[in-house]
Amino acid sequence: MVKSTGLKRRDFISANDAVAYGVKLCRPEVIAAYPITPQTTVVEKLSEFIENKEMACEYLNVESEHSVMSAVMGASLMGCRTFTATSSQGLLYMCEMLHYVSGSRFPIVMMNANRTVAAPWNIFGDHRDSLAMRDSGWMQVYVENGQEALDTIIQAYKLAENPKVLTPVMVCLDGFVLTHTYELVDIPDQSAVDAFLPPFVTENKLDLAKPKSLCITAPPEWQTEFRYQQYEAMKEAKKLIPGIDKEFAAHFGRSHGGLIEEYRCEDAEYVLMAMGSVVGTSRLVVDKLREEGLKVGLVKVRFYRPFPKEELASIGSKVKAVGVIDRDISFGYEGALYADVKAALYNSQGTCPRTINFIAGLSGRDITKENLEMMYRKLIKAAQGQAEEEIQFVGLRWEQW
Amino acid sequence: MVNVRNLPDQELFYGHKACQGCGAATAARLVLKITGERTFLAYPASCISTVSTIYLQMAFAVPSLTMAFPATGAVLSGMAAAVKAKKLENVTVLGIAGDGGTADIGLQALSGAVERGDKILYVCYDNEAYMNTGVQRSSLTPYGAWTTTTPIGENEDSFGKRKFKKNLFEIMMAHRIPYCATASVSYPVDFLNKIEKAKDTDGPSFIHVMAPCPTGWGFPSDRTIEIGRLAVETGLWYLAEYENNKVKMNLVPKTFKPVEEYLKKQKRFKHLTDEHIAIIEKHRDEEWATMGQRYGF
Repeated sequence: MVKSTGLKRRDFISANDAVAYGVKLCRPEVIAAYPITPQTTVVEKLSEFIENKEMACEYLNVESEHSVMSAVMGASLMGCRTFTATSSQGLLYMCEMLHYVSGSRFPIVMMNANRTVAAPWNIFGDHRDSLAMRDSGWMQVYVENGQEALDTIIQAYKLAENPKVLTPVMVCLDGFVLTHTYELVDIPDQSAVDAFLPPFVTENKLDLAKPKSLCITAPPEWQTEFRYQQYEAMKEAKKLIPGIDKEFAAHFGRSHGGLIEEYRCEDAEYVLMAMGSVVGTSRLVVDKLREEGLKVGLVKVRFYRPFPKEELASIGSKVKAVGVIDRDISFGYEGALYADVKAALYNSQGTCPRTINFIAGLSGRDITKENLEMMYRKLIKAAQGQAEEEIQFVGLRWEQW
Repeated sequence: MVNVRNLPDQELFYGHKACQGCGAATAARLVLKITGERTFLAYPASCISTVSTIYLQMAFAVPSLTMAFPATGAVLSGMAAAVKAKKLENVTVLGIAGDGGTADIGLQALSGAVERGDKILYVCYDNEAYMNTGVQRSSLTPYGAWTTTTPIGENEDSFGKRKFKKNLFEIMMAHRIPYCATASVSYPVDFLNKIEKAKDTDGPSFIHVMAPCPTGWGFPSDRTIEIGRLAVETGLWYLAEYENNKVKMNLVPKTFKPVEEYLKKQKRFKHLTDEHIAIIEKHRDEEWATMGQRYGF
């Protein structure tokens, strides 16, 4: 039974539904999907929209995630705006195709419901899936709530399809914590989205009038030049992202902060940096500690690729200690976000504030307000010279935290 | 009906780097003669991609792309969906892939595309091994064939591939595909007419074409057509069509030539003993007997 999907201007929906509404408003021409928890309700909702004629779009039920990405690439290289969504093992199964898409410069937008990767097998969220795809040539943006999820889908097409960028975007939502949590979400008018996001027009497509070969083989004499162009495209994207957020704000009255969003950082001495839903809880903790007179702040790292190096370095130059929350761990080193943040914080004089890497929220474990408060208190102690382990697993069963 | 007189002069695949006498290149050239300029073409990592589209030299005169090895069926589905979305008419969405890219790593995507009923034409050129990487065993490599991964070693029972070819035609028929055929580059008129039928099929169509490989099989490059003919004449390859839930044999030899005539002309079989050859002959006879019963000829 397909239920009516009539929407109100402001509705109580899950972040997955918010993504589906965002996609619908962007008028993709081809969607291909394979179900995987906790992404599934996104592709169910989109198939409902299409069956109910609320959306004019070709919908392909494909037999695997590898084929999903191949199919949307097939449509994208014919000049269609496309969408798909995945999660965890599915994202890993697509890995090969992610490189084909980015290397051939097809501006596909995909939602990833962040979920840990097996083994041990688990359906709950952390960032190990998408961070494992760091070097796939896709942009990655991590959102905080359902509203940002919907808005970011619209922004993602604007960014990906810019002729100077032509690079795919992965919009990452924390599995269950966001994907299955209901909240009030403002759903923009179609006309407003149409005014912000024009139809997709590209030269980078198969065209009977101008036959050419795409996604070709490049020998050593040329491969570096293709890579350089991808590198330049990401640089261009980094320049454009703040402007797209501003333009979005002008159209829709909401801003999510471009590359990063700072919260009470103006005079902060101790700053936590994090991605995704934990940022929401962290705001409350910052408010509480500020009431105690502690100069704490928070940085939401929104884009992971392109990485906001200069923006983070600027904050780092003004504070005494930085903590980085990683919902992942790169075994044999440290958290993936931490490694990048720490590299960004070092200035040309070779100095850096005290830093601690908090490994937290793996495989869906809660990151509580108490955990976050403890992180800030550890940062303060570290800045005062107290010895602290650099890499700390938060809330381990056999340790007092 | 396509015949020698009305065959288009137009070439849409030229200037490529295929080996002399390449059966796959011949197959691709013939296919494009029929599907023509209004073709969107995809091919996986394979001999065909390697000889056609290494930047800056592009050998296809139709819009084309190289796809990931396992992905040909799926990318064709996406392209076919785009054809619908963009309301393009009178076009062919064509895939050309080798035996490994079709029957092994690409089988899932091909099966998916066919099950969905997407309007695509998929041509598998069968050179019976992974020729692009230098002659390794695929599931379509025949019994007894030497490849670099089924070498002739010191083991007493070492005689090349120990298994018979997978039957791709029957796998595709099991999907109840609207049109499916086997063909050979050595029977071009038969092949061309099958392409024409496949092109006009409303839904997925599939052609499995035998494409002898002088380099991998070990025969002189001016003998490709002759070798392909011998495969059919000895009964080791057959020409058939499946449509409307019926199989039609296009050619049933009254008597088969001895399989040695085919095997002994190729280096990949030169180590085979009379015992092996007897096994191959017996297998052939059983296969034809089964087909005769099943398809009624």
